[in-house]
Amino acid sequence: MSVLVDKNTRLLVQGITGSAGGFHTRQCMAYGTNVVAGVTPGKGGQVFDDVVPIFDTVAEAVSKTGANASMIFVPPPFAADAIMEAADAGVALIVCITEGIPVLDMLRAKTYLQGKSSRLIGPNCPGIITPDACKIGIMPGHIHKAGHVGVVSRSGTLTYEAVGQLSALGIGQSTCIGIGGDPIKGTDFIDALELFNADPDTHAVILIGEIGGSAEEEAAAWIQANMDKPVAAFIAGLTAPPGRRMGHAGAIISGGTGSGQGKVAAFEAAGIAVAPTPGDMATTLVASAKTRGITLA
Amino acid sequence: MKIHEYQAKQLFREFGVPTPEGYPAFSVAEAVEAAKRLPGPIRVVKAQIHAGGRGLGGGVKVCKTLEEVQQRAQQIMGMQLVTHQTGPEGQTVRRLYIEGGADIARELYLGMLLDRDSGQIVLMASTEGGMNIEDVARDTPEKIVKVWVDPKVGLQDFQCRKVAFALGLTGKTVRQAGKFFHALYALYMAKDCSLVEINPLVVTGSGDLIALDGKITFDDNALDRQKEIEAFRDLDEEDPREVEASRWDLNYVHLDGNVGCLVNGAGLAMATMDILKHYGAEPANFLDVGGSATAERVTAAFRIILGDARVHAIFVNIFGGIMKCDTIAAGIIEAAKQVGIDRPLVVRLEGTNVELGRKMLAESGLAITAADDMKDGAEKAVAAARAYAASL
Repeated sequence: MSVLVDKNTRLLVQGITGSAGGFHTRQCMAYGTNVVAGVTPGKGGQVFDDVVPIFDTVAEAVSKTGANASMIFVPPPFAADAIMEAADAGVALIVCITEGIPVLDMLRAKTYLQGKSSRLIGPNCPGIITPDACKIGIMPGHIHKAGHVGVVSRSGTLTYEAVGQLSALGIGQSTCIGIGGDPIKGTDFIDALELFNADPDTHAVILIGEIGGSAEEEAAAWIQANMDKPVAAFIAGLTAPPGRRMGHAGAIISGGTGSGQGKVAAFEAAGIAVAPTPGDMATTLVASAKTRGITLA
Repeated sequence: MKIHEYQAKQLFREFGVPTPEGYPAFSVAEAVEAAKRLPGPIRVVKAQIHAGGRGLGGGVKVCKTLEEVQQRAQQIMGMQLVTHQTGPEGQTVRRLYIEGGADIARELYLGMLLDRDSGQIVLMASTEGGMNIEDVARDTPEKIVKVWVDPKVGLQDFQCRKVAFALGLTGKTVRQAGKFFHALYALYMAKDCSLVEINPLVVTGSGDLIALDGKITFDDNALDRQKEIEAFRDLDEEDPREVEASRWDLNYVHLDGNVGCLVNGAGLAMATMDILKHYGAEPANFLDVGGSATAERVTAAFRIILGDARVHAIFVNIFGGIMKCDTIAAGIIEAAKQVGIDRPLVVRLEGTNVELGRKMLAESGLAITAADDMKDGAEKAVAAARAYAASL
């Protein structure tokens, strides 16, 4: 078991003929992901690497191949349009990797998604992976190990860090979801936590947040009210100065809100273990699980 | 991206947001010429720097005569203006704005920005003009009124009225407020703003609304389609290291510590700063080389980090996903050749092509301390910085 993606996922790739899109499509295929279609407007009829048919539109790709998930590598000025096209075609899961989409474009895209059946992950995210079953995104597949810990994170490389630590301890992952570093995003912490909470094969969760916004505080309250499974958290950016954007458009402390200290305090108040350093994410989860009599490894 | 007050007011005029007549000046002589174009007798000389709090720092002076304009312009031009936003060293004033005096009856606050929680633009106003809005939000939140704009239909008249009445406006000023807010929203959407702030928004003695100050921040991700806005960029207002870094597409923020960091990914870069602090050092910078960095960009990153004399050690922390460890290794070796790495270097490599990267560094003959993981690397970097400082 896992959440959102598994062996039955049929992936299409928007922007498959770009250099990043092509490279990562090959990586996903090598990992075992079932890539059924590519979309590049104007290149319909071509075939990617002699295996994957390319279509002009997402709607056509879906009707011809039965694709049920999309991975987007379209350049930033056109990425929000690509998200809306996928939603219009009824793609159930849209994973947007693209970094640098203008905020107002995402505002429109998110509004467009309301009332549609599609779920968006990202943008500006590493993607989603269910180890040994399906990898949609840019994460290094080989560090993962199938198992029972869910990982949800605003940061790509910190997700790898957590996964690396877990795997090194012999602890596998059910599904890892990178929700992305932008201020306007599709799936948020609570959406991912709901999925993990309902998944019988996810026994514990690592949540990786960062400064900016209040999603971590809301997640802490939600966990306290709804979740029985052990959760360990880490918040990046405790030492970041206010008013400066730390790489991610969403990572900025402004107007006294969004500070790392406030987020750590919210987790601790909710009884959730917080890793003291980014090097302790897995061990913090193991210790937290142990106090509830759950052995992870 | 930030712009100056005079540039913000140029955009205000373009979109029909009323603001006092005024002209920018790049020299004292120009300031006097600008003052002559204004009806007078009151004129205001305003320092143009990107930081707020200019008035308290002595960068805004009301003048009664042209002689006084000259005198004040002389004083302000070239001064190191220190405000609560500039840091103790202040910012050099290179541009002035000369503006006509305003007949101020009331000072209000107006702001427009993205509310991340609702995913909507929020229009925010307060009767407490001239104050720091963060303080108002903390001490008297009931004095702030907010309306959220539904992206499907845009700002509505009833929302404008709600804000206007909450501000205690009456009669023609309410109607003016509607036009004012609509104009501001149009500007926000057309120019990809991320923050528009007018503090103070002034009600004049005759009941007219004018923007006495103007601060606009733009979405960096949208600058490619906002060439007019990009042309407003003033590199003098930015840290030269950050300007150089942006040329190489590096996400770099200069800080005041002693350990330089080179990391891939924004989250890991922030976490690296945190772990250095945890072990007793201070990060000298935030630096995310990004996922698609080339060896050339890594070399540029080293040049920028080494350019800071306060850096006593460098910690390279890479968990390669898209970024390949051998690319980082090639960049380090190239940097050593081109610029010479004269300070201790601790490298932690993990992820894609890690064996190749480690092998390249081991065979390079460079004095590199290899780290097993992030904690090990941070501890070694902190120790190396201390040892280097002691050797000076």
